[in-house]
Amino acid sequence: MATQSASRRWSLPQIALEPRTQQSWSVNAGLTLGLLLLALALGGIVILLAGGNPFVVYRNMLVAAFGTKWGISDTLVKSTPLILATLGVSLAFRMRLWNIGAEGQLLLGALCTTGVALHVVTPETPGVLAILLMALAGFAGGAAWGFVPGWFKAQFGVNEIISSLMLNYVAQSLLNFFVFGPWSERGFGQTPMFPRNSWMPRLTDFADTFPIVRGMTVHGGLLLALLAFAILFVVVRSSKFGFEITLAGDNPEAARYAGIHLRRLTIYIMTLSGGLAGLAGMSEVAGVSHRLINSVSPGYGFTAIIVAWLARLDPLGALWVAFLFGGLLVGADEISSAGIAQLMQGIILFVMVSGGLLLRYRIRFHGTGAKATGIEA
Amino acid sequence: MINLLAAILSAGMRSGTSLLFATVGEIHAERAGVLNLGVEGMMLMGAMTGYGVTHLTGSPWLGLIGGMLAGGSLALLHGFASLVLRADQVVSGLALTFLGSGLSAVLGAPLVEIRQVPRLPTWTIPVLSDIPFLGPVLFDHSAVVFLGYLLIPLTWYFIYRTRPGLELRAIGENPAAADAQGIRVMRLRILHVTYGGLLAGIGGATLSLAVTPTWIDNLTAGQGWIAVGLVIFAGWDPVRAALGSYLFGALRRLPLDLQNFSYFKSNPALGHFTNMLPYLATILMLLFASSALLRRKFGAPAALGTPYVREGKGG
Repeated sequence: MATQSASRRWSLPQIALEPRTQQSWSVNAGLTLGLLLLALALGGIVILLAGGNPFVVYRNMLVAAFGTKWGISDTLVKSTPLILATLGVSLAFRMRLWNIGAEGQLLLGALCTTGVALHVVTPETPGVLAILLMALAGFAGGAAWGFVPGWFKAQFGVNEIISSLMLNYVAQSLLNFFVFGPWSERGFGQTPMFPRNSWMPRLTDFADTFPIVRGMTVHGGLLLALLAFAILFVVVRSSKFGFEITLAGDNPEAARYAGIHLRRLTIYIMTLSGGLAGLAGMSEVAGVSHRLINSVSPGYGFTAIIVAWLARLDPLGALWVAFLFGGLLVGADEISSAGIAQLMQGIILFVMVSGGLLLRYRIRFHGTGAKATGIEA
Repeated sequence: MINLLAAILSAGMRSGTSLLFATVGEIHAERAGVLNLGVEGMMLMGAMTGYGVTHLTGSPWLGLIGGMLAGGSLALLHGFASLVLRADQVVSGLALTFLGSGLSAVLGAPLVEIRQVPRLPTWTIPVLSDIPFLGPVLFDHSAVVFLGYLLIPLTWYFIYRTRPGLELRAIGENPAAADAQGIRVMRLRILHVTYGGLLAGIGGATLSLAVTPTWIDNLTAGQGWIAVGLVIFAGWDPVRAALGSYLFGALRRLPLDLQNFSYFKSNPALGHFTNMLPYLATILMLLFASSALLRRKFGAPAALGTPYVREGKGG
């Protein structure tokens, strides 16, 4: 029987998939590590093709990102917007709403934050109030940019993947208008510096008291991100709202019978998701650049999609994966190739997504598979 | 004024051709039941490879073929991941876009310095190109535009009038029934996804060899995504896809053309807003297309995005 069907057609290797009945921690960890190494190897081949030495490139990236306390601090700085945006997209993805507009939502958040910092905050405003107002503005800007595709999806059935993505480009143009136009500093693609009281405090600001933190640029945005994480962790894992989101994503029919208002939930989730990405934009301008620059984001919103997926949409996983990807961005800065970061992200996601099968199923090649079914028959 | 309109439309036909190839390619994939969100990545690889091969060989035709193959290889990856390995099609497609933009940025970095490569030849059709207005708009173009003209009726004929076209529709609408008829669902799906990638690759190479003959990072600027939107707008029909592509081609050119007007010259800030036009128009287009789809209860291939697994496989 086995030989007969094995020679039948070329179309597919004759393999049988058995669902893994129990998830073993060690198998999961081993497979994930193996896939990661495979991704690194594939990336290495491309680096080789492009004329680089993959070992040197990887070592330089690793040292830059994790080799010193300043490197780790830089990595945390890059992780901060990633965590916020990832929490946002994971929330939407849980409901199988494909919000891939986090980049635009982040830009809008940065834009609205800048509006408040330049036009509302005065040098006399207390710092805490200034930061609070800016965070509200950032959240609102991102939320508005998430609301639109959510509303269109709920009301008219517009595919949210494309509408949210298109809004990324609109956001960039809008931001360009402001940083080259009304808010521009001498026509360059940037605004003037914000007043000092609207800067989020950095670790290095406390260097006079604690000399050990001198030069470490981790800023208050990380606290904001951890706060958002804590809230979402509780909401997703143990609230009725979190349950509704997961149910609506896994089984919309069942959710409807359970009395969940799917349209309203769609709009809420997209708005909230956008708001979190907006906070990421706020954290960048208030904590890092202290002004709006036309290239404020090196694609955090897109990276967040990958991080969210690799973390399996789990808030706790998002923290770890965001930290690693923050390191990847720092490493790519070190070898000054944004392309490498993009490439590695693509390869890692692709390998992980393809390899996901291995985590869910045990693969039996034909001989053993036939035996298994033979017993059944 | 009429000359200006002709110039805008003519440029629109050229820039719409790259959209046309990508859109028709995605129609093939989606008709087969496979959503491929990697169009942007495939176009970028097609554009970069097309430019690179042309630079190395001096032949834009070889470049076009190279771009085509680059797009096809990426699509094959997506087919393998989403069909054989049953990865989530949305995520696998997104991964393909990331992969394509990263790969084209890294491998294409040396090409950014190269300012010029030979372009695809321009064909001026005798007699027809002398027709007032229509002549310059339709019949005086880069060769690849004429390839696009051929693609439209051929695709229409293939989908609606041939046996393999019927099989294509069957595997996207009801793969189980198609399988029962002896159609090899998996193999056909992979073939159509790959073919779609070949076309997306041509679309990308069209950009770098005819529309904006150059290579820079992210040359496509979202056109792959517009193509995905156009498939919905077109209701998975190649003729409507062509109309949409040329329309959006013209729209993409509009910001450039408007700069020639004195009003826009004296208000350069308006450029930021005219740049938004193609993207806003895509959303509007989806708004109309989606509410129309809701009304008519007709639309996407029924099995779009769902993997087909034969029951009781393995015996």
